[in-house]
Amino acid sequence: MAVGGTKVNPKKFHKNQIPLYLYLIPIAIFMGAPIIYIINHAFKPMDELFAFPPRFFVSHPSLVNFRNLFQTTAGASIPISRYIFNSLVVTLAVVFLSILISTMAGFALSKMDFKLKGPVFEVNNIALMFVATAVTIPRYLTINTLGILDTYLAHILPLIAMPVCLFLIKQFIDGVPNSLIEAAQLEGAGSFTIYRKIILPLTKPAIATGAILAFQSVWTNVETSNLFTSSEGIRTLPFYMNTLTSVGTVQGQGMAAAAALIMFIPNLLLFIIMQSSVMNTMAYSGIK
Amino acid sequence: MRTDKKTPYLFLAPYLVLFLIFIIIPTVMAIGLSFTNYNAVQTPQFVGLTNYINLFTQDTIFLQYVLPNTILFAVIVGPVGYLLAFFLAWSLSQLTRLPRTILALIIYSPSMTMGVAMTVMWRVVFLGDQSGIANYVLTQLGVITEPIVWMLNTQYILPIVIIVALWSSMGVGFLAMLAGLLNVNAELYEAGAIDGIRNRVQEVFYITIPSMKPQMLFGAVMSVVGAFQAGNIGVMLTGSNPTPQYAAQLMVNHIDDYGFTRYEMGYAAAVSVSLLALIYVFSFVARKLFSAKDE
Repeated sequence: MAVGGTKVNPKKFHKNQIPLYLYLIPIAIFMGAPIIYIINHAFKPMDELFAFPPRFFVSHPSLVNFRNLFQTTAGASIPISRYIFNSLVVTLAVVFLSILISTMAGFALSKMDFKLKGPVFEVNNIALMFVATAVTIPRYLTINTLGILDTYLAHILPLIAMPVCLFLIKQFIDGVPNSLIEAAQLEGAGSFTIYRKIILPLTKPAIATGAILAFQSVWTNVETSNLFTSSEGIRTLPFYMNTLTSVGTVQGQGMAAAAALIMFIPNLLLFIIMQSSVMNTMAYSGIK
Repeated sequence: MRTDKKTPYLFLAPYLVLFLIFIIIPTVMAIGLSFTNYNAVQTPQFVGLTNYINLFTQDTIFLQYVLPNTILFAVIVGPVGYLLAFFLAWSLSQLTRLPRTILALIIYSPSMTMGVAMTVMWRVVFLGDQSGIANYVLTQLGVITEPIVWMLNTQYILPIVIIVALWSSMGVGFLAMLAGLLNVNAELYEAGAIDGIRNRVQEVFYITIPSMKPQMLFGAVMSVVGAFQAGNIGVMLTGSNPTPQYAAQLMVNHIDDYGFTRYEMGYAAAVSVSLLALIYVFSFVARKLFSAKDE
């Protein structure tokens, strides 16, 4: 063991680790507390939401907030199921398409030789710094020009090309041995076969990571509904949740907490399921 | 691998087309529009540098509130958040697998609460009356006697926005650095000990950071972008743009204010371009610090 004492990824507990826990646990509590609080809040019946002094944990969990959330919508002209359906369509399309085009482009940038290879990768690296909100107006103008305002495409197309997805996937494909590809070529496999039979199966961790990032960018996205659509029937769940949460009443508060939970839980579950793939991909994430 | 000339472009084309339409062209258009007067109805009129000159000499709101707020916010959430992310990742890397995974998950999870979830969560915590948990805890501790109306009190809005942004900033960059730390070759530390490295601080600067520069840079770029992207928190928490007395007004909000409330698209574009330039400067500094190329 090194004299300095840094022991990375130890196999066993050692008393040297105690000081680390002494500050990591309080920090984790600070990070996790608002999330635990909102989960409890979502299940609090009316009298507990009103309660003074406010309680952190729920004592008689109930589903009343969720019921309110769904009943409020029943009266409106558009049922909540419509927003859920829209969100599912848009989310699935964005995740699938962004993975498809990022793996294809990543394969080309990593394993093929062509003139524009260097410049394209460099421009994509610069685009990692791209902040979509900064260019909302010109984006609106391009979407208007394409004639896709107020359609599903206005939700989907702007989000598909994700520089960070391409970057992570390309770095991961760099680790696929060239000998595998050469062997396949000797046996007469074409580029598309290699993509399908070698690149895709071997880059599963990176694909999982890209899928999570794409999911996060689309599932909670309010901007496309706000700016690129005008008819209510085409808008998505986060937009609808947003309109509900602006209600300031205590009843509204419970509903808002329930809505927040519905938006957050899929993100969390997806990450928990795929966390080892994500860490595996991140090992290749460096910019050289 | 060897291919004919067309194949690489076939594979690249779908990404490239969308990348051009929704990232490159809007950016170029923003630069173009920033030199015009455009109200979204009439044809843009070329006005040269007027927008930029106005922005940096006449726009008192921008100069008095938006720019200082943005720089304060970006410096704390960017570099400070980044150092914090590295420090946490470094600490976590020295734990055994199971506790490390659990703690990393908890620390990462706030970055998944974008949009609605984050807004609701913190609005409930910082509720302006005595039923809000923040007011209650502070009253119990004797720090305050009257509940604070957090979201209307100009003194507290920006600090709250900064805390919430820091809270949610342990994202992809944090994970990348953790992975980088776990992959530093253990033999390097042993070799370092022979070469006279005596403590953990020296190890961090002479071994750890140099051997994970690429991840450090990726993390830095993600921090910078995250810091500027998080600009909407103030508007979401207070529920109004502009935020009360511009207390947490950041450049992203200024763009929306001019673009979508006043329809001064040319002027808004000039703010956008200045914002992108600022992000580029920050990232450029990060590149200079961690570039592995020049060694």
